[in-house]
Amino acid sequence: MSAPVLEVRDLRKAYGAIQAVGGVSFQVMPGEIFGVIGPNGSGKTTMFNSVLGQIEPDAGEIRLNGADITGLSPLELNRRGVGRTFQTLQVFGKMSVRDNLIVAAQEHKGSMFSRMFAPGDSGLGPKADELIDLFRIRHVADKPAGSLSYGQQKLVDIAMAFMSEPALVLLDEPCAGVNPSLVGGISTLLKELNARRGGSFVVIEHNMDFVMDLCHRIMVMVEGTVMAIGTPAEIRANKAVLDAYLGN
Amino acid sequence: MNKRNVVLAFLALAALLVAPHFLKSYGLYLLTYWLVFILATMGLNLTVGYAGQKSLGHAAFFGIGAYTVAIMMKAGLSFWLGLPAAALLCFLVGLALGFPALRVQTIYLAFATLGFNTAAWLVMRNEEWLTGGTFGINNIARPSLFGMSLDGSLAYYHFTLGMTIIFAALLWGLLRSPWGKAFTALRDNPIRAESLGVDIRGYTLLSFAIGAAYAGIAGALFASLVQFIDPAPFTVGSSIMMYLMVVVGGPGYFLGPVLGAAVGVVLPEWLRFAQAWYLFVFGTAVVLLMIWLPDGLLSIPDRLRARREAREASAARSAAAARHGGNA
Repeated sequence: MSAPVLEVRDLRKAYGAIQAVGGVSFQVMPGEIFGVIGPNGSGKTTMFNSVLGQIEPDAGEIRLNGADITGLSPLELNRRGVGRTFQTLQVFGKMSVRDNLIVAAQEHKGSMFSRMFAPGDSGLGPKADELIDLFRIRHVADKPAGSLSYGQQKLVDIAMAFMSEPALVLLDEPCAGVNPSLVGGISTLLKELNARRGGSFVVIEHNMDFVMDLCHRIMVMVEGTVMAIGTPAEIRANKAVLDAYLGN
Repeated sequence: MNKRNVVLAFLALAALLVAPHFLKSYGLYLLTYWLVFILATMGLNLTVGYAGQKSLGHAAFFGIGAYTVAIMMKAGLSFWLGLPAAALLCFLVGLALGFPALRVQTIYLAFATLGFNTAAWLVMRNEEWLTGGTFGINNIARPSLFGMSLDGSLAYYHFTLGMTIIFAALLWGLLRSPWGKAFTALRDNPIRAESLGVDIRGYTLLSFAIGAAYAGIAGALFASLVQFIDPAPFTVGSSIMMYLMVVVGGPGYFLGPVLGAAVGVVLPEWLRFAQAWYLFVFGTAVVLLMIWLPDGLLSIPDRLRARREAREASAARSAAAARHGGNA
């Protein structure tokens, strides 16, 4: 059995008297798409931000390919092969779509000093074009990202997370605010990227159909703790989860 | 650079080479003064316009550059030693000034840099043994280049023009490299930039340091242009004026400082007819400009393009709606 890409052990984070995350443990295996669901306030985002170095956990351990990454900054995590998207749109509005993709990977090429003399696209043009075609945003590739529709910007935002070919990508609500007609397209894209590149994904999402369709395993969080981890079929059949979250 | 821009650049260069022949000595001095401020504000544009940092201390670097050259030349050293020393010293001080930017942003950073400018200005005014205090340093010589004296106004103008073009080209190259994208990413969204591996700490410090080095070089040219320096041109007021030049020209537009420095240096001369009302007219013009063009003069083509595209998109939507209506 292969070793996990991401391993979170007994992660804890409190804000004053409120225990946002109270002892969460899970593993993400190579090539796996791992979903995280839970009602608002269940601690998903706090857990996510702790893993991603945005906030410092009170206790617990986070390991990436066996190495301890607890408390590392987002910069260090990116350099170790962790990509992410945010809940809200985070594109560079004045840059073109192509430049958004290039800047998303350029810092992985050479040293800072050598980049001063590197070509503007850092040799990443073909790779950017590949993602532009995969995400079907060729017609807007040269437009400022900020001038695109919300859905198009969301696609750019997701594509950016994959430009540096990270071993692990964490996607925070990739379907939030997206037109329902695009949700299926995002799911197909993520499956294709997973099949082509073989990375592991962690996805927080409220859209149940999306999560059930996309993820290999799902973790359900309630009140800062793990209620269940299992395949979509197991989660669907879990009575406690149905009562606490999915309803009837 | 596309063909049209190359042609425009050559036309501008030709105009700058021909213009001095139609100007009297004050006009030539003013043109050289404008070039010096283009260079200084190009550095500030990097810090403010491209990297998105707030700096109200740029005149201090301008002054440090000027005093470095003046003091070294008074000590018998060459201008050609003083110029890189001014750039290096400003680079290092700029690097140090960048550290507050790692902790504070927006108006708080502006105040931190303003405090630095005030402290630097006080050193220039009070440390008489070094800077001459309010008496300043006079008889600053102009350099010679390959045995050619640059004493004359025209020769010094050509020298300043050459230096401005060289450093503008270097900045152009820098901004076209991955560094330019990293600076823009830092300005637009530092949290996202860091999550993509952009070393926001390093680029913040570099934006201050390189911007300061440009001000230092401009200051060195300024000292030899005016041949007398005292602390007066290096006050917080001058920093605000430089910031204004960047904002008026268009922060984040490469040629913004060319227009901005023209507004800050040349426009006041054109407004001399207004006499006592000059500042009122100038201030009103700036207020109106900021209301109608908050992204500066060079944003006009972008605004027109955006308006045209919105019109075309709207027309396309109307046409599509009409087609659907017709099909129904």
